[in-house]
Amino acid sequence: MGKDLIQKYLKDSLFTGIVALALFGPIVGLRTVAKNEALVVQPKWFVVFLIVVACAAGRFLINIYQFRKEQRRGEQSSFGKAVSHFLDEKGAQIAIGAIVFSVIFPFMPFADRYWMDIAIMMMTYIMLGWGLNIVIGLAGLLDLGYVAFYAVGAYSYALFAIHFGWSFWICLPIAGVFAAMFGVLLGFPVLRLRGDYLAIVTLAFGEMVRILLLNWYELTKGPDGLTGIPRPSFFGLPFKRYPDEGVETFHTFFGLEYSSMQRIIFLYYLILVLALITNFFTIKIRRLPVGRAWEALREDEIACKSLGVNPRNTKLTAFAIGAMFAGFAGSFFATRQAFISPESFTFIESAIIVAIVVLGGMGSQTGVVLSTVFLIGLIEVFRDFESYRMVAFGGAMVLIMVFRPRGILAKRKPTITMGKHG
Amino acid sequence: MEYFLQQLINGLTLGSVYGLIAIGYTMVYGIIGMINFAHGDIFMVGAFVALIAFILFALTSISLPIVLILVLLIAMVFTACYGWTVEKLAYKPLRKSFRLAPLISALGMSIVLQNYVQAAQGARIKTLQPVIQGGFNFFKDSNFVVTLSYLQIFIILVTITLMTIFTLLITRTALGRAQRACEQDRTMTALMGINVDRTISMTFIIGSSLAAVAGMMFVMYYGVIDFYIGFLAGIKAFTAAVLGGIGSIPGAMLGGLLIGLIETFWSGYISIEYKDIAAFTTLVVVLIFFPTGFLGKPDIEKV
Repeated sequence: MGKDLIQKYLKDSLFTGIVALALFGPIVGLRTVAKNEALVVQPKWFVVFLIVVACAAGRFLINIYQFRKEQRRGEQSSFGKAVSHFLDEKGAQIAIGAIVFSVIFPFMPFADRYWMDIAIMMMTYIMLGWGLNIVIGLAGLLDLGYVAFYAVGAYSYALFAIHFGWSFWICLPIAGVFAAMFGVLLGFPVLRLRGDYLAIVTLAFGEMVRILLLNWYELTKGPDGLTGIPRPSFFGLPFKRYPDEGVETFHTFFGLEYSSMQRIIFLYYLILVLALITNFFTIKIRRLPVGRAWEALREDEIACKSLGVNPRNTKLTAFAIGAMFAGFAGSFFATRQAFISPESFTFIESAIIVAIVVLGGMGSQTGVVLSTVFLIGLIEVFRDFESYRMVAFGGAMVLIMVFRPRGILAKRKPTITMGKHG
Repeated sequence: MEYFLQQLINGLTLGSVYGLIAIGYTMVYGIIGMINFAHGDIFMVGAFVALIAFILFALTSISLPIVLILVLLIAMVFTACYGWTVEKLAYKPLRKSFRLAPLISALGMSIVLQNYVQAAQGARIKTLQPVIQGGFNFFKDSNFVVTLSYLQIFIILVTITLMTIFTLLITRTALGRAQRACEQDRTMTALMGINVDRTISMTFIIGSSLAAVAGMMFVMYYGVIDFYIGFLAGIKAFTAAVLGGIGSIPGAMLGGLLIGLIETFWSGYISIEYKDIAAFTTLVVVLIFFPTGFLGKPDIEKV
């Protein structure tokens, strides 16, 4: 490595340092704080100094790393490819292993309330990810308003359960149907738009639904949210320590000690089953004509049109089915929380679900699981650092797009091919 | 009638701000064909830089016109750095990627910027004391006095000046020619000896500095900002860009004015709670029925 090169790299680092100073100087270095009803500036130059030095040093190291890498090009294979290959080979065994693990998970010794809550949350996101994977991964439609359907599911479940007193098992399909209908209503006018326009319009719809929930006080109680949503029961047996007169509960029926974990474990299995249904449905429908039409549309819309596939109807089915699963997940969310408010359905939720699908590798069911564990884990680990964790989250989105634009498990093999590979 | 006139004035002021942001969307869309989702947050960063600069200058005894010019320049320069860096980090490596990759990367960048500013500056709203006060009052005898404040005049004048400068820049200079060439065919432009990377960087720098101006106007006009203002303003400005015809700079300005007017009239005459719904509805209606906008070219897909 020559002296010239070192000099060039040092210059580059200096430049990076200057840019970093310009970036972080005002925003980080001059923190505005309210004092006596007026804003004053609180200098934080030491932090800026550290950041600038870190940026410059980082740039230098990256340059050297890239230089080294170029010298021995072609030696190492990429990690993601290896993982992808490994999953291809052992896919079926791993899937069975993962399912077995999730089934026995509640009975693991470490599975206390905290772990169960995280597991339930992850399962909800996995289910949403699998649902959105139909829309984004299979049909190639970037939907930034997916949380709207989740909200429709949650609110329709809550409203039916509160006002009519219907049980979870009746409300669940109703919530799904409502969400799917909503998907058709939204999808019908917008689905002929091009990819990026569609993304913005779905975003707008998602926000409109949230604003509507916030302001339609008579129906949704606005920002106060809906409370007292009935908890689910085990086929009519409620999970209660002190049931109403004459009502048999879960623990008395099975002759068990009462424990609040019983309800949590039941919720866990409920979402596990719902998620697995979503997964198997997706795997099956991929092989049906409509599933193949989705994937064909994703690859080339014009070719599809000329072969007689109706793009609008095909996209609409993807949109509606994706929305339906979001509706199911929404009703699960409502029954688990027993309280819902528009707060839970902000744009950032949509962004998280989209990130899960995209980072996992669009169209890859295993990828959704991997990226959920990674992203929700990341958010959980940094729980105490509210805004830093979202910085890390957004940063991860950018980095994965830059280094592996097709996601962690980049796989876009057609489900059905002609010839012996099929 | 007086009420209408007042709404018109307010709408035009708001529209100027949206128009300035919309130019950034439209220029970037024109040159690399992507929706720069983080542009709204660049605008928010600009507003914060302007706020900090105003607070710092309040401690000195520099006269108001010079302070205004200095804050304008400071906001433009520092915010342009953000635009430049975002492009280099998040969009440049993705230029040859599949079409949704830059959009997702931009989404990530938007989340990063919002939460970074929240972490660095705190989540609470920031208020700025009015910088320019007073104004002209009309119809003093009637029961509704129409006010045209000096601040509104300032905002509209600055917008018109900057618009003129940048229109000249695009139509008359070598940089503008390079930009228009890149819009048509990037490979061919590179073969003609034009540095495409630098042209794209310049586009981001110009767009971001105009967003910074919009941010400065916003913080002066409303006096209240937080880290979340970029999201809504960004969507509205994007709507403006589409309404005017994406890719067209006069279109972006026209669209911005229209969106500003729609929003003020909606909140003035119909309902203030649903004023954001007005912007979203406009966006949806425009994209569905009118995707080329007023001054845009139809988008023909070639096989």
